[in-house]
Amino acid sequence: MKRNITKNEFNLFFNLLNIHYDIFAPVRKKGQGAFSDTDIIYYEKVVTFDEIEWAEKSTYSPKDIVFPVSQTIINFIEDRLFIPNMKSSKPIYILMRPCDINGIKRIDEIFLNNGPSEDFYYKRIREKISFALIECIDGFENCFCVSMNANKNSDWDFAISLDKYRPFISIEIKNAKIENIFHSMVTDASNIAAPEVANKNFEICFPEKNLKKVMLPNINEMPASIYSDSEFWDEYKNRCIACGRCNTTCVTCSCFSTNDIRYDDSQNVGERQRVWASCHISKFSMMAGGHEMRKDNASRMRFKTFHKIYDYKKRFGEEKGHMCVGCGRCDDNCPEYISFSMIINKLSARISADINEGKK
Amino acid sequence: MINQTYDANNIFIPVPHKIMDIITETEIDKTYRLNLNVAGLPSYGQFYEVSLPKIGEAPISVSDFEKDWIDLTIRKIGTLTNCIHSLKIGDVLYLRGPYGNFFPVDSFAGKHLVIAAGGCGLAPVRSVINYFYRNLEKLAKFELLMGFKTINDLLFKYDIDRWEKKFKSIITLDHGCDLWADRPVGLITDYVGQVDFSDKENICVIIVGPPVMIKFTADKFVAAGIKKENIIVSMERRMSCGVGKCGHCKIDSTYICCDGPVFTYERAERFID
Ligand SMILES: Cc1cc2nc3c(=O)[nH]c(=O)nc-3n(C[C@H](O)[C@H](O)[C@H](O)COP(=O)(O)OP(=O)(O)OC[C@H]3O[C@@H](n4cnc5c(N)ncnc54)[C@H](O)[C@@H]3O)c2cc1C
Ligand code: SF4
Ligand code: SF4
Ligand code: FES
Repeated sequence: MKRNITKNEFNLFFNLLNIHYDIFAPVRKKGQGAFSDTDIIYYEKVVTFDEIEWAEKSTYSPKDIVFPVSQTIINFIEDRLFIPNMKSSKPIYILMRPCDINGIKRIDEIFLNNGPSEDFYYKRIREKISFALIECIDGFENCFCVSMNANKNSDWDFAISLDKYRPFISIEIKNAKIENIFHSMVTDASNIAAPEVANKNFEICFPEKNLKKVMLPNINEMPASIYSDSEFWDEYKNRCIACGRCNTTCVTCSCFSTNDIRYDDSQNVGERQRVWASCHISKFSMMAGGHEMRKDNASRMRFKTFHKIYDYKKRFGEEKGHMCVGCGRCDDNCPEYISFSMIINKLSARISADINEGKK
Repeated sequence: MINQTYDANNIFIPVPHKIMDIITETEIDKTYRLNLNVAGLPSYGQFYEVSLPKIGEAPISVSDFEKDWIDLTIRKIGTLTNCIHSLKIGDVLYLRGPYGNFFPVDSFAGKHLVIAAGGCGLAPVRSVINYFYRNLEKLAKFELLMGFKTINDLLFKYDIDRWEKKFKSIITLDHGCDLWADRPVGLITDYVGQVDFSDKENICVIIVGPPVMIKFTADKFVAAGIKKENIIVSMERRMSCGVGKCGHCKIDSTYICCDGPVFTYERAERFID
């Protein structure tokens, strides 16, 4: 079902939707950005149209809804274990741009399919989540979703476009339950779009090209020489300051550590928690006794790069795509202006040069 | 004791296991024998995620097992392992697992098996050695090379005494001493030459120990004509979840916790961290 609606109708619809679902969408926080006088945009529960940041990409990805920054996995009270219940039992809709929907599907692969069994904590919230699409046509400065083949997606139940018949909001609904909720709206004629506008046709569009384009290495086996090429990676040894911001803002970074804590006031009460871990930050690969497998920032950059654009696809298969979806957040947020898309291009150029020279 | 929201699919719930016995191996290593009542029976070389509530969790290899018990040999090195070392018989350790792949003991039938273990690397292969101690007839030949830093670092002395009587066992110390007079001294690599290489094609080698020891020992066996695919190693990496989720143990497209820790040297040699 497709319909062009007024902001009033949208809010009524969201009101009804909120009875059944928690709705998460990007929200702008004035002046809270990393740099002075900058805003930050992150995902929060929303109820009305005006709360939502429609125009810009969110600083942080929506992944923390399904994979929180920090999460208690077990509560310990004396010698008893308690598994915390979920905060809300309501099903969830997340309004996302196509790259982010694809990003969540990338981390699904790790939490649900990698290893001997599913991740209980991820699965129990993931099962409650459905996707809604925020139409994205032009992308933003650092996006390269088209190159990553992550610019399109059809796994959403409803999609919203603001660009078709401004000031009307275009909504396409593919899910019968949501359509029923939509039709259950009771409004008076003064608040709704006139039928000739309401029923005008439209197509939800996707980005077809980005300002940034990356060439992916076109090889089946990454040559061993590139791993140890210090000339190539050393640029990041000092330039990267290991702040981990590229990992925390990335929609597909899914690593975590497990820590136990004891509350100060009582030795008997504590918890085991899971917290985001960053492969750029020291200790990620440190073993007991202090030996660290990747000590310098160059090898950590190499590790992340291959994870994002080589290892993941190699492990999970062609049809799953690369882990990186080209959302560009790593480039948006790096305080050292390190561009990941540039690294990918440099890597591909270096590999093709090697191939042309007949090196292995 | 776990509350009602406990879900059988939640693999992160650790289960308490009673300590039946504690053997002090060295000043920093103790072997804990646990009553295996709940967790699944392990295979040779697998590991458990071992924890103490409110203290921490760590991967620990099974150093031996029977139907109803498992041994864990734990080195005191940090927060959790320090606490474990203060436990007494009758206390409990929390386990989840067993995880990881294992040494393919059945595939060694009829082979000439050589095991080279350095230091606490002996723990994950002790169950394999004891299996063939009991079933020596399954092998064409069995040889054991073990290396320790000093005489005070010897692990499983009570086992080694039995092993030495039944098959060739070379024990070398990096640093000898009066008590070790006339016995092998030097690195384990110096003793690879003493292996019987007369039936090269039939030899399988297991190497466990610190990364450098694995590399140099494997290179010696390769130089002696053993194929890399017939050399099996067990690897240690930083782990948190043990089940392919947390990403800490990943090397290239491999997750050591669930694809390993046991690999052929042919594969392990190509890992770049
Ligand atoms: C497959 C496998 C099998 C193993 N088998 C055995 C075995 O049989 N016997 C044995 O003794 N050991 C074994 N180990 C090693 C054992 O897991 C470690 O010794 C154990 O993790 C030590 O835990 P700890 O809490 O005492 O040490 P800690 O050093 O206190 O902490 C443990 C881990 O947390 C990390 N860490 C510590 N502090 C921080 C911090 N502030 N921030 C981030 N990270 C931190 C360390 O790098 C370390 O990897 C095995 C390891 C693996 C991977
Ligand atoms: S690596 Fe960068 S571009 Fe790729 S998904 Fe992560 S943040 Fe987005
Ligand atoms: S955001 Fe930039 S400086 Fe920070 S860890 Fe990532 S690449 Fe390094
Ligand atoms: S230990 Fe967590 S993925 Fe291997």
